[in-house]
Amino acid sequence: MEPTEDRRLLHNDESNNKYNKLLSIQNPMKTDIVLAGVGGQGILSVATILGVAALKEGLNIKQAEVHGMSQRGGDVQSTLRISSSPIHSDLIPSGKADLIVSLEPMEALRYLPLLSPEGWIVTSSAPFINIPNYPDLEEIESELKKTGNVISFDMETMAKDIASPRSSNMVLLGAASHFIEISSDKIEDAIRSVFSSKGEAIVESNLKAFRAGREQADSFIAK
Amino acid sequence: MKIKKLLLGDEAFALGAINAGLSGAYGYPGTPSTEIMEFIQANPTAKERGIHSHWSSNEKTAYEEALGMSYAGKRSIVTMKHVGLNASADAFVNSGMTGANGGMLVAVADDPSMHSSQNEQDSRFYGEFAFIPVLEPTNQQEAYDMADYGFKLSEKFEIPVMVRFVTRLSHSRATVEADMEAKAENEIHFPNDGRRWVLMPGNSRVRYKELIKIYEKIEKESDESPYNVYTPGKDHSLGIIVSGIASNYINELFPDGCPYPTVKVSQYPLPLGLIKRLSNECKELLIVEEGQPFIEKKLRGLIESTKKIYGKLDGTLIRTGELNPDRVMECLIKIKPELDAIKAGEIREACDITVARPPSLCKGCGHRDVYQALNDVLGGYKDARVFGDIGCYTLGYLAPFKALHTVLDMGASITMAKGASEAGVHPAVAVIGDSTFTHSGLSGLLDAVNEDSNILVIISDNLTTGMTGGQDSQGTGKIEEICLGLGVNADHLHTIDSLPKNHNEMVSLFKQAIEHKGLSVVVSRRECIQTARRHGAHRGPKTTA
Repeated sequence: MEPTEDRRLLHNDESNNKYNKLLSIQNPMKTDIVLAGVGGQGILSVATILGVAALKEGLNIKQAEVHGMSQRGGDVQSTLRISSSPIHSDLIPSGKADLIVSLEPMEALRYLPLLSPEGWIVTSSAPFINIPNYPDLEEIESELKKTGNVISFDMETMAKDIASPRSSNMVLLGAASHFIEISSDKIEDAIRSVFSSKGEAIVESNLKAFRAGREQADSFIAK
Repeated sequence: MKIKKLLLGDEAFALGAINAGLSGAYGYPGTPSTEIMEFIQANPTAKERGIHSHWSSNEKTAYEEALGMSYAGKRSIVTMKHVGLNASADAFVNSGMTGANGGMLVAVADDPSMHSSQNEQDSRFYGEFAFIPVLEPTNQQEAYDMADYGFKLSEKFEIPVMVRFVTRLSHSRATVEADMEAKAENEIHFPNDGRRWVLMPGNSRVRYKELIKIYEKIEKESDESPYNVYTPGKDHSLGIIVSGIASNYINELFPDGCPYPTVKVSQYPLPLGLIKRLSNECKELLIVEEGQPFIEKKLRGLIESTKKIYGKLDGTLIRTGELNPDRVMECLIKIKPELDAIKAGEIREACDITVARPPSLCKGCGHRDVYQALNDVLGGYKDARVFGDIGCYTLGYLAPFKALHTVLDMGASITMAKGASEAGVHPAVAVIGDSTFTHSGLSGLLDAVNEDSNILVIISDNLTTGMTGGQDSQGTGKIEEICLGLGVNADHLHTIDSLPKNHNEMVSLFKQAIEHKGLSVVVSRRECIQTARRHGAHRGPKTTA
């Protein structure tokens, strides 16, 4: 397959591409994503699903994650690089990430030096407070605003209301999907294949959360 | 026919080994190596073929089991983290002397930056003094390919081969092209030269001379290895030697090709011919390697040479922690200020309101109950000391418990408590998990039994190897029997469920054990909350075995 050709087809698809003006879309494509959260929140499932979707699209992927001691309620970070050209480094250089995708607002701020000047932050605004010195929430919000391009809303509550409390990571994936050059149909296929072993109800609930997150981000950008 | 798969470095190697005709995998869980074995345990071909993939008690038993399979002519691997190689060092170094028969690969995962380890030791040093060749994959594809290549190398020179991983390769996924089918396993066949497998001095002296000659051939092989690559560059003012994943960072910084000639090293002993060529062609040299300055130390030697060499030892490249594109870039700019253009235009400042979020014991974890009770008891003693061990319960050092005074290596809680008690420390308490206890605590407990040492040993049993993600623990269901078998007095061996409702009972039990002049063992038990959740769907919550 000729990847550049394939990407062009995707670019012509209006429905998948309405936010391209918000990003410095490159052709051939490359999206470098920092995924952040707290151990146990499900951030690595987001990486797994995007990985499956990107593999099906014939794209190159490198996804680094941290296991072991750092997972026990500590901060968890994973980097995901998707590109139509070969990817060398497993880690993203400073100032080169296109997206920070986080399930927790303070964790989103932790990786600012990696984010490019025109990059976006997509994060849940629901704090995960398991430390005594957690900063003031208003301060976090104002810091987030200062970064420029932010989509932030309470994904935990949305997940609870719409699907199940455990699917806030899919709300996040939905919200972030606008900035990832893989069509939402393909991401939905990946959600199906990753959760299929857990039964149809779980698949549907995750898809619902994904769509709700995508829609919510939509209204955010329209504002 | 090939198939594309998205695999962790660990998984790529595991699949490569299965497809290369693996017959047995052995190991002890250790971050970041654990997923090699877990992949084999879940792989359909491995199941169908009955490829051995049961965890062993520790890295030494695992190593010897793998070597036994190699002796019988079949292909085996043994997996461990870098400090696990210390535990199996006796077997490892001597297996250079016996050599291998069926291909044997020693997969060791180093952890630069100490994401989940006590130190940054670099396994390449071990390879060298054991006369064991080392492969260092650059990426996930090489991790896959090097399984088959490594088995062939091992069988060609009849010696085990180490495959050195680092965290960023072990725990990073990438697309890998894999074979559709697995090769046939080796048939059982015994070594031609039986003498070298019996390391009595007379045999060893003969073998050692032979081994040195074989190693010269292995050195020559390195120069011809497809994994040691010389890449020309037009600017000869600098030559770069990179090893393993470090070469990815150089390639990342120079997407259109590095202007300086480079030698990428992924097979050791070092390819002397390639390095000499680079040195002759280039005015100065830079060494970029993940881990400790292994190559650099060899190149610098002891005596000042006229060749300018940059690296970790002179501070050009950061000495501690893992490499990343930024760190390699900063190093290059120090040498070549004109490279400043490769930097990203604008770097955002770090946000100063973010605070550290250290890991902590899970809610509902039995280790919490142990520390809660222990702290309540020890508050009443002035000079109490608690000797910790390796596992989730190492987190007892941190707030809110701040309960531990030492953590060294697997099993050291019991033996250090024993030594300290002999120095006059009382109470001297050891806290050890069930898996660590069967890994390296048994012989220490026997020492304490033999001298009836005045210590309290708390075995905090969560029925699993928790920190690495819940692998089978070899002592599950047998801990008390093991203690009794080692000679622990039944009157001073106690068992309790680590539950908040048992707090007062735990406190009085610990107190009673500390007041007993001699060895006491308390087995404090509650299933790991993480594995309990996973098992929950099948058999409901459970606190004891």
